[in-house]
Amino acid sequence: MNVVACVKQIPDPAAPASLDPSTRTLDRSGKLILDDSDSYGVEMALQLAGNVEGSEVTIVSMAPGGETAGLRTALAMGAARAILVSDDALAGSDALSTAKVLAAAIKRAEPDLVIAATESTDGYTGTVPVQVAELLGMPSVTFAKSVVTDGATVKVERQTEAGYDDVESPLPALVTVTAGVVEPRYPSFKGIMAAKSKPVEVLTLADLGIDPAQVGAAGARQEILDVKDAEARGSGEIVVDEGDGAQRIVAFLEQMKVI
Amino acid sequence: MDRIWVLAEAGESGPTPLTLELLTAARSLASTVEAVAWGGDTASLAAPLGEYGATKVYDVGDLGGSLPGAPVASAVAARVLGGDAPDAVLLPASYDGRDVAGRLSAKLDRPVLTNVTGLREADGALVTEHPVFGGTQIASARFTAEGPGLFVIRAKSFTAEPAGGGPAEVVSAPAGDTGATGGAVIRDRHAEAASGPKLDEAAVVVSGGRGLGGADAYALVEELASLLHGAAGASRAIVDAGWVPYSHQVGQTGKTVKPTVYVAAGISGATQHLVGMKGSKNIVAINKDQEAPIFSVADLGIVGDVHKVLPALIEALKQRG
Repeated sequence: MNVVACVKQIPDPAAPASLDPSTRTLDRSGKLILDDSDSYGVEMALQLAGNVEGSEVTIVSMAPGGETAGLRTALAMGAARAILVSDDALAGSDALSTAKVLAAAIKRAEPDLVIAATESTDGYTGTVPVQVAELLGMPSVTFAKSVVTDGATVKVERQTEAGYDDVESPLPALVTVTAGVVEPRYPSFKGIMAAKSKPVEVLTLADLGIDPAQVGAAGARQEILDVKDAEARGSGEIVVDEGDGAQRIVAFLEQMKVI
Repeated sequence: MDRIWVLAEAGESGPTPLTLELLTAARSLASTVEAVAWGGDTASLAAPLGEYGATKVYDVGDLGGSLPGAPVASAVAARVLGGDAPDAVLLPASYDGRDVAGRLSAKLDRPVLTNVTGLREADGALVTEHPVFGGTQIASARFTAEGPGLFVIRAKSFTAEPAGGGPAEVVSAPAGDTGATGGAVIRDRHAEAASGPKLDEAAVVVSGGRGLGGADAYALVEELASLLHGAAGASRAIVDAGWVPYSHQVGQTGKTVKPTVYVAAGISGATQHLVGMKGSKNIVAINKDQEAPIFSVADLGIVGDVHKVLPALIEALKQRG
């Protein structure tokens, strides 16, 4: 079974984020790391591949400047190889353009199962995985909280408003997992060393046969008009608890008439 | 704007609150509002959808257990590609709404604007508002190419108000053949025992974060929420840590809540969290770190240990009876 895990390499969320003043898109020029959301997808992919004999996991990503730091993390966790699409013409791509590029790259791995996170930590549009599934002509099951597969079908517990649904789909299929579904492994020292020699195929738009005019800023069909400060909340009363914290909250709740 | 379609989701008690919010918003932007619905009993939705302004309901019909994403997107795309295109489609930022949006975007080859919290018309185009950087800033965006524009809208962005319209006309809009894409089928449904109000509808929300120290301490959050007849929420950090299910998550990647009172216990206030609760009318924060960003949005901030303050608060509320 060929399992593809889609990952995004993002600016470290712990570092302050900023918008590029000329394009008003997120500044991604600094060092990138593996999106934490995706570590769950990679772990899930590795576990599922481990349960079906003859399976391996391919990591697929799109990032500027040939960035592979996050991919090496995923390879160190145990993925067999990675495909990175990197092309200057991709800067400023909207979600659909991103999905087209990822779909073309994923296709090369001839996937039986594609795993992605429900949404990225930085852009969080949350539409890319389903767009990829549609472009690949696959069924998709989003918001999975549990996934099992025998290599022919995939069974998913899918989060709903009321609880969860048992959903079943034939493969090939795409599944998005919510954070916290599995415990992502820490790469071992051995894994980190092995990752250095694992194959990372770096592709350009030309390699994928995609017209640069259709993607990136050139192909974007939406624009950000302005970014303004939101209405600030007035600062409230901040007090250090001297044993009376609970009583202060009770008084506040009374004032707000919720008790 | 001539015509807007609204993806209408329904539960057992009729259209979801978010659906009614979208219909209300659509009404203020377009002269004609029409809905797209599915399931075995669309006829019963004609009255409530009509009351909120829809004049027609395109009925995709019973999905035979398929997840809605593929068949509903297929039905909408068939109408649009057949020449019957609205100016815009508003979709709810829900589990199924986002699935439909992604598929529809790829089928129509149109981009989609998500996490929309505001919509207005300017120069004949819809301009959106999106909270960025934890809601400290608002970005405005619009489509620059041919429509229909696809907009995925977050809950509580608009206030639902009935228009007093009569029942909508039901028009059949079958999905057609979805091929392999429609292969995901629901085999069984499980409702988790829900006590108290829903997270995004509760007047009081009590949320816990990593400051609780461990999964066991979340029981304090649940107990306090129950005493206040509210709902229990969580920061992404403790959902990621596996302490509580995703359905409790408040924030950018979880639910948006706007209760009368929001109590944040042991939550530092990462931008990821603030965007989901900043619209609350009143915010109470308990955190031992005086510098925690949550205090910048708090109406009442208690700098203290949640393990002392929460039990004392629970005890005080119990004594009131």
